[in-house]
Amino acid sequence: MQTALRTSLPETELASPANFAPHARVVREERPIHTSGLPLSIRGLRKSFGDNEVLRGIDLHIPAGQFVAIVGKSGCGKSTLLRLIAGLDKIDAGSVSFGQDIQPEDIRVMFQEPRLLPWARVLANVEVGLGRDRASKDAHARAEKALTEVGLADKRDQWPSVLSGGQKQRVALGRALVSRPRVLAFDEPLGALDALTRISMQRLLERVWRDQGFTAILVTHDVAEAVALADRVLVIEEGRIAHDVVVNVARPRQRGSAELAGLEGSILSHLLSADDRT
Amino acid sequence: MSLIDSISLPRSVRLPRVDGLVQWIVPLAIIAIWQIASVTGFVPTRVLPAPSDVALAGWKLLLSGELVRNIWVSFWRASIGFLIGGSIGFAFGLANGLSQISAKLTDTTLQMVRNVPHLALIPLVILWFGIDESAKLFLVALGVFFPIYLNTLHGIRTVDPQLIEMGRIYGMTDGELFRRVIFPGALPSIFVGIRFALGIMWLTLIVAETIAASSGLGYMAMQAREFMLIDVVVLSILIYALLGKLADSASRVLERATLFWHPAFQKR
Repeated sequence: MQTALRTSLPETELASPANFAPHARVVREERPIHTSGLPLSIRGLRKSFGDNEVLRGIDLHIPAGQFVAIVGKSGCGKSTLLRLIAGLDKIDAGSVSFGQDIQPEDIRVMFQEPRLLPWARVLANVEVGLGRDRASKDAHARAEKALTEVGLADKRDQWPSVLSGGQKQRVALGRALVSRPRVLAFDEPLGALDALTRISMQRLLERVWRDQGFTAILVTHDVAEAVALADRVLVIEEGRIAHDVVVNVARPRQRGSAELAGLEGSILSHLLSADDRT
Repeated sequence: MSLIDSISLPRSVRLPRVDGLVQWIVPLAIIAIWQIASVTGFVPTRVLPAPSDVALAGWKLLLSGELVRNIWVSFWRASIGFLIGGSIGFAFGLANGLSQISAKLTDTTLQMVRNVPHLALIPLVILWFGIDESAKLFLVALGVFFPIYLNTLHGIRTVDPQLIEMGRIYGMTDGELFRRVIFPGALPSIFVGIRFALGIMWLTLIVAETIAASSGLGYMAMQAREFMLIDVVVLSILIYALLGKLADSASRVLERATLFWHPAFQKR
């Protein structure tokens, strides 16, 4: 197997950028050519809830347009990290910067729940995503375009209550995409879907990411999903980045291939061995 | 969402035309049995007059114009009292649901007042207002205030916080957030309050009119009792039942018109 695995190294060699130099080059070539994404730099990020210190100093650089997956056991702080990046919670210490001034519409979040307004039809729900441009003349046209991208143009006049779970999540994706965000943060967006719907949603996520070139940050507890989608997988343990794994597999990726399975296996064994130590 | 899910009925029961008639089978059957019991002498007319006698009494009062006038007076009192009490309750519900300061300032006081049965205030209200219109309006308004206040407050406080967070993330202003997320989310609960309030509205009015009034349905019933006109007494009671049903139907129509998005109200 050609893919060298950082996870197979002793823990002392964690996340040193030098370790990834050979792979980083390859990753750059895989990224969409015209990236609209923003780079992201995190320095010494800390967050506590009461006495519970959830994030204990995160340092991270994400190049523009990269697809990063964050995995870890529940309660490890991965969702908190995502919420801080998206600006949903207040930072205790450290910084998150995007290298330039950003508009609220540049960063969008997609949650595990679709969070659609039950009293608004599908198209109106997508228009919510336009933010301050909601009142503009082309709002309808832009929302319809986003809805077409997620394959639900024919559901534009439906109520959310008649859609299936996967369809609702696709509407939520359309709503997140409609403002052409430059960073898209996913908080376990496929966690509540059945296995087959998950796979088709993963393909959809990968396709829109390749088409639009935003920087994607995906929090997930499913390691198979992380290695199938991401350029890079971050493993978070006890509020720190424990492993930074480059997924050097060409796209389109074959689900269930030996390469991906090997990667998944070694990340999983690390997550589980951490479990044994405690 | 805490909203009730739609209950799907088997296809055979869903025919709308039959549905509309089914609900009237039981009331009509009761009237038929009552008529038979009266005609056969099983129930003496001094206890309960036959439905036909009640209908006849109604017809006479209708011709004299007395019935229409009294119904109109009661209807007017009910609506004005409901509007006054309902709007104040709604305003307090909004204020206390949206503002912590307002809730801290007034909620405890309102909860204390709520525990006083408003009909217990009748002696005081008569002393204040006499048997004037304002006495009845005051009692009705006080009665409908609490169900609308409590349910508006509850509705606003239980709007899905995830939807509110979503609205904020997508840059909604406070006004937009209220109009597009909070108010529609609270509406089902507000309607529960309205329907409770309609029940209390009639109850309060009947009591107020029987005790202190010189017109209205309650007054008509009390006058009839004085002259042993039992058919008119029964007629008044039946009219109250019909008006109550009418008010409930009106609120249902309004509910359907505004909660069209709700799975429970969608055409199946």
